[in-house]
Amino acid sequence: MVKEYLFGIFTDETKLLRSVRRLRGEGLTVQDVLTPYAVHGLDDAMGLRRSRLALVTFFAGLFGLILAMGFQFWTSAFDWPLNVGGKPANSTLAFLPVTFEITVLIGGLSTVLAFFLRTRLRPGAKALLLEQGITNDRFVVVLEKGHPHFEEEKARRILMETGTDAITERSIVYE
Amino acid sequence: MIRKRRQPLVGAPTSMIQVTEDVSRWMDHRPGPSWFMAFVVAVAALGLGLAAVAYQIKVGIGTWGLNKTVGWAFDITNFVFWVGIGHAGTPISAILLLFRQKWRTSVNRSAEAMTIFAVMCAAIFPLIHMGRPWLAFWVFPYPNTRGSLWVNFRSPLLWDVFAIGTYFTISLVFWYIGMIPDIATLRDRTKSRIKKFFYEVLSVGWDGSNRTWSRYETLCLILAGLATPLVVSVHSIVSMDFATSIIPGWHTTIFPPYFVVGAVFSGFAMVTTLLIITRRVMNLQNYITVGHLEAMAKIMLLTGSIVGFAYATELFTSWYSANPYEQFAFSNRIFGPYGWTYAIMVFCNVIVPQLLWSRTIRTTPALLFPLTLLINVGMWFERFVIIMTSLHRDFLPSSWAMYTPTFIEIATFIGTFGLFFTCFLLFVRLLPAIAMWEVKAVVAHEHRSPEGGGHG
Repeated sequence: MVKEYLFGIFTDETKLLRSVRRLRGEGLTVQDVLTPYAVHGLDDAMGLRRSRLALVTFFAGLFGLILAMGFQFWTSAFDWPLNVGGKPANSTLAFLPVTFEITVLIGGLSTVLAFFLRTRLRPGAKALLLEQGITNDRFVVVLEKGHPHFEEEKARRILMETGTDAITERSIVYE
Repeated sequence: MIRKRRQPLVGAPTSMIQVTEDVSRWMDHRPGPSWFMAFVVAVAALGLGLAAVAYQIKVGIGTWGLNKTVGWAFDITNFVFWVGIGHAGTPISAILLLFRQKWRTSVNRSAEAMTIFAVMCAAIFPLIHMGRPWLAFWVFPYPNTRGSLWVNFRSPLLWDVFAIGTYFTISLVFWYIGMIPDIATLRDRTKSRIKKFFYEVLSVGWDGSNRTWSRYETLCLILAGLATPLVVSVHSIVSMDFATSIIPGWHTTIFPPYFVVGAVFSGFAMVTTLLIITRRVMNLQNYITVGHLEAMAKIMLLTGSIVGFAYATELFTSWYSANPYEQFAFSNRIFGPYGWTYAIMVFCNVIVPQLLWSRTIRTTPALLFPLTLLINVGMWFERFVIIMTSLHRDFLPSSWAMYTPTFIEIATFIGTFGLFFTCFLLFVRLLPAIAMWEVKAVVAHEHRSPEGGGHG
């Protein structure tokens, strides 16, 4: 599948934000914006929803908590209770440090995994949309030509009016 | 009231391209002679350490200076010392991120790297201490063939395994995740095919999409939120190795907070030592500014004073407890045969940091540098004092003994410094030592026109 894109290239964060707001305000769909750093305010301008990664952390952490506590109880108090210095076999307090660590470990690693799955980043993945200088100092507004809300003339006009440095076109072959 | 104008967060870099050029210079060109000299010294120290470790694994830990009374000494001292060193990276990268302190941006990457290398150095000591390190996997609860015999989850030494393991894993992941956008920058500008392959794999196809950025920032905040309590938990658990025993001088409830503060104190001293060298050798004075050093010096002043307060509290508690064993442990610490180590500890950790009240000292790297070295020495002695003086004269005067480290123990300790600096020197050569994307955001913000939307 081949997709055609229109790229509006910016060197200034403020102009970029203004442009994205105008494009969306006039009914165009901004496919994506490529930036060298996280531009604050861009999520709002693009109308992105807040990420729900924190939910993954919460539930994975909860799972880790139950797993760690349950496992320690089972091994220490039921499966093979050992008398260590006369301490109670089912002492909950003694299990807290390991429980805390496992909660954090499983919560953290699951969030990272969810991030990679959701963003489709993985070792060996190619950066398809990449434009020269994008990871250095360029901001690129990506508009998809085949999109039902795309109007080429209007898009070019808004980009020009908001101070774009260049407009380029790209076609990308998706496998 | 006249408000003081805020200092710029970074020095001269005025454009994003300049940030990329300045930081990547070290990865593009051959390093200068100073790097090579440092590298040779570090590798030599590492080699010495490896030889010592090989020898003690072959012969056994009878090669150490331990005896029936002093069952722990250099090994655990060095373990606690290195874990403590690691504790500056996480506060800088995680806690300051949560507090939205933008000055952290040019120092966080190397501080995180330092954490990881320091934890690696720390892990070596308990591993060798086991005597049979090839059976180290016995500390993990796995279904084994010795009947369903499980590890003892009520032992602080096992808590250590989980604490250090989790801390290392989360720190490593946090460090790597933070570098992905910068590795992508390197990938896009390198000409070398080998490097391109290396960076391409590590950058996982990063393209700077804002959809990714949005989730990425959430991820960083979550990881920072998780790493922050880890800092507290790790050194608290390390302190419980001592506090849950009944040895006078160890069996105190002050240990967890006292150890955590000491760890942050020593960690900041080490990170300042490293950054003073790094900014000079790599010519990064515009990124790691005097302002950064001053901020870290202020943290050292604060934590150093808390450490001093903790020493005083310990003394007060031992006197007020009216427990003769406890009182003896402390008088022996100060006036006993190892009294000189206590004196070094108090001098380096309590008196020396008070010099940091002076702004001139805080802002002059040449004066700050020896001071951080002294703090490092002092914090090593603190761990030595706690461990040694409590052990060598226990409840039974008939079993009192002295301890002297052997050459093997000293060589192993030197070896860990070799490992630490070898890793650090390779890191500054192969990966971006300054968080370029974070600095770029700060640079763009500082040079931006007043209109437009809001950077925190």
